[in-house]
Amino acid sequence: MRREIPMAITTISGIIMIIVFFVPRWKDWSDILYTWFLVISGFALILGAGSLLLVNLDKISRRSPGWGYNVVLLISLIATAGLGIFGGINPGSSFYYIFLYVFTPLSATMFSLLAFYIASAAFRAFKAKTFEAGLLLFTAFIVMIGRVPLGEIIWEKIPLLNMVSISKVVEDWIMGCFNAAGQRAIMLGASIGIISVSLKILLGIERSYLGGGD
Amino acid sequence: MTDNTETKTGAKANIIDILKNVDRRYIFLFILLAVIIPILFPLNLPIGTSAPVRNIYDFVEDLPEGSVILMSFDYSPSTEIELDPAAEALLRHAFRKKHKVIGIALWPMGLSQAQRVFAKIEKEFPEVEQGKDYVNLGYKAGGSVILMGLKEGFAKIFPTDDKDTPIADLPLMNKVKDISNVDLVVSLSAGVPGIKEYVAIVNTQFGKPVAGACTAVSAPEMYTFLDSGQLLGLMGGLKGAAEYEQLLQKPGNASLGMDAQSIVHIVIVLFIIFSNVVYFMDEHQKKQAALK
Amino acid sequence: MFFTSLNNIVSLNMDNGFFMAAAQTGVKLGTGEIVGTWIAALLTICIFSFLYDDNPLYKFAEHLFVGVSAGYTMATAFHNVIKPNLIMKLQEGFHLLSKGQIGYRCWENLSYILPGILGIMLILKLVPKIQWIARWPLSFMVGLASGLGVVLTMEAFILKQVSATLIPLLVFNSQNAFLWAPSLKNIIIVLGVCSGLIYFYFSKEHKGPVYGTFSRFGIVVLMMAFGAAFGYTVMARVSLLIGRMLFFRDQWWPAVTALFGGG
Repeated sequence: MRREIPMAITTISGIIMIIVFFVPRWKDWSDILYTWFLVISGFALILGAGSLLLVNLDKISRRSPGWGYNVVLLISLIATAGLGIFGGINPGSSFYYIFLYVFTPLSATMFSLLAFYIASAAFRAFKAKTFEAGLLLFTAFIVMIGRVPLGEIIWEKIPLLNMVSISKVVEDWIMGCFNAAGQRAIMLGASIGIISVSLKILLGIERSYLGGGD
Repeated sequence: MTDNTETKTGAKANIIDILKNVDRRYIFLFILLAVIIPILFPLNLPIGTSAPVRNIYDFVEDLPEGSVILMSFDYSPSTEIELDPAAEALLRHAFRKKHKVIGIALWPMGLSQAQRVFAKIEKEFPEVEQGKDYVNLGYKAGGSVILMGLKEGFAKIFPTDDKDTPIADLPLMNKVKDISNVDLVVSLSAGVPGIKEYVAIVNTQFGKPVAGACTAVSAPEMYTFLDSGQLLGLMGGLKGAAEYEQLLQKPGNASLGMDAQSIVHIVIVLFIIFSNVVYFMDEHQKKQAALK
Repeated sequence: MFFTSLNNIVSLNMDNGFFMAAAQTGVKLGTGEIVGTWIAALLTICIFSFLYDDNPLYKFAEHLFVGVSAGYTMATAFHNVIKPNLIMKLQEGFHLLSKGQIGYRCWENLSYILPGILGIMLILKLVPKIQWIARWPLSFMVGLASGLGVVLTMEAFILKQVSATLIPLLVFNSQNAFLWAPSLKNIIIVLGVCSGLIYFYFSKEHKGPVYGTFSRFGIVVLMMAFGAAFGYTVMARVSLLIGRMLFFRDQWWPAVTALFGGG
């Protein structure tokens, strides 16, 4: 019953959500389920942080290689959570200070490293070995040049090409036409896949969310 | 003669090998300089505007005074350079037109991003008052489920604002009970949940106009919604935010960043062209060597 | 001269809300702000040091980031979700119960005990011996999201998108004049979507004059879409780096001038 009851819960809650769209009189049921979902989601976030805490405690207790860094992680997690929960999270609090001067620069800088890696990849890996790759690169060139002011200025200096505005080429034809068509085809395919997986979950065919064991 | 040709060919092969195996740290340095130099010595390049951004501007401009705009801060500090300028420009425009603004967040970090943006723009409009002209209802976990619940009323999902003031004590929220009282919804989104959820629920289910500001990574996907009319406008990436700033005639960080963006784009295009030239030279050499 | 021109450039920058060029406006930055900005600058350099090589400074900053991120999420979840949507509701319910005002509002608030219990069951996933208990709330969430996903996806991402693809291939204006640009655009969109979908159908070989041609056109359209996506991705990544450099110019430099007496 450790798997059967959860599967039944999945099916019932999912079917209620679908039926409510077709029988609006039952929407009170969906309202109740929304508020329950909201509360449980909050606990899900705490579960994530708690799991991180346990994994790192385990690494520290076993003195795994680099366990000193895990101590840093734990201290920062406990300090931030503690200051936030007990001291408040609004501007002016210590928690907000950590958000402004620790979390924000770390988060922003971590992702800004990608700029360097994309440039390195552009230099080393993006070769037009086939017609398709060449087409991809050519489109990328037009978009990269057309979406920046300097590119527009350069384009206007090139004879014949300057008969049409590059921003119009990029916006109306590449993005609004070819890109829209390609992205729509991908979206339709992916959406059918989502519905298929959702139905499999509701019908109990897909059970990976239950995890292993009994 | 033969020695010279072989020496020349050998030297050429070495150059190609060197160019193929350039230490990536030199590339990093190039990119760093390409960003730093235009920031220190701005070029002040003119920034044109595009239809997706103009659509949002025109819609906000044409809304009657006192209209309600819901802004959803669905991003984290990692993408604040692209979305903070868009949020600030939109908020500035809304306050200029004396519209009312409700801020919510579907991402945890969106709460603090919203607090920062509201605090910054509020200083430019001393007559604007929190609780009366704008509210920040904070963050809620749940994505699509939260949006579905907005039809029943804000009070059920957001019982308090970000400062724990009960929603009943907020004058603005006494007039705005649920999503039907909102005139425009704008999602500032860096991923999921974000614009797609707003399009699927707020536009498709509730019939409300939805506009978006997203990172440049997500922008291409949003063009399908622009084409289908499910999205009324889109500010894509730093350029989109810069365009809105130009329309407002108040350049900010987005406009300042476009100079560096221009230079780096040209540098990367040249990198790709250069590497392809080296690649084809290498292939040609290999074919020549195979023939011999 | 370099620092003078740098100061001049900073003074032209827009006010970013928390920091102004202290030397230009005379606004003094507080000690907390100066210390915080230096911390932010040092952490930024720790992360950037990875570009040279992996090193202990980067590892320290990386682990600090993960810890602060998780702590932030916990604190926000508590203040924005659990406190207003559970604790305060239950408090009100018990308050009404203690006063004897047992009515609809009292029971509505007390009913939040049920999702509270489900939430605690979810946390029990951390205890290996009884982690099966967490399957109940997890199944509830998965079921709800799946059920919602079926209808929303079908309506917004399939029906509306297909409807947007059913467009006229020949466009005329009100004077019956043929408009070639909108017509060409519509033809490309319709053929592009159909051929893209045909390309993704791998149960049939992409051969033949009709199927093979459509599939080939599908590849062309998809490659152009991916090229556009790559161009925009480059734009996005570069923007992130620009953001960090603007931090050094607009926030760190004023903190430096404020620390060393301004101007």
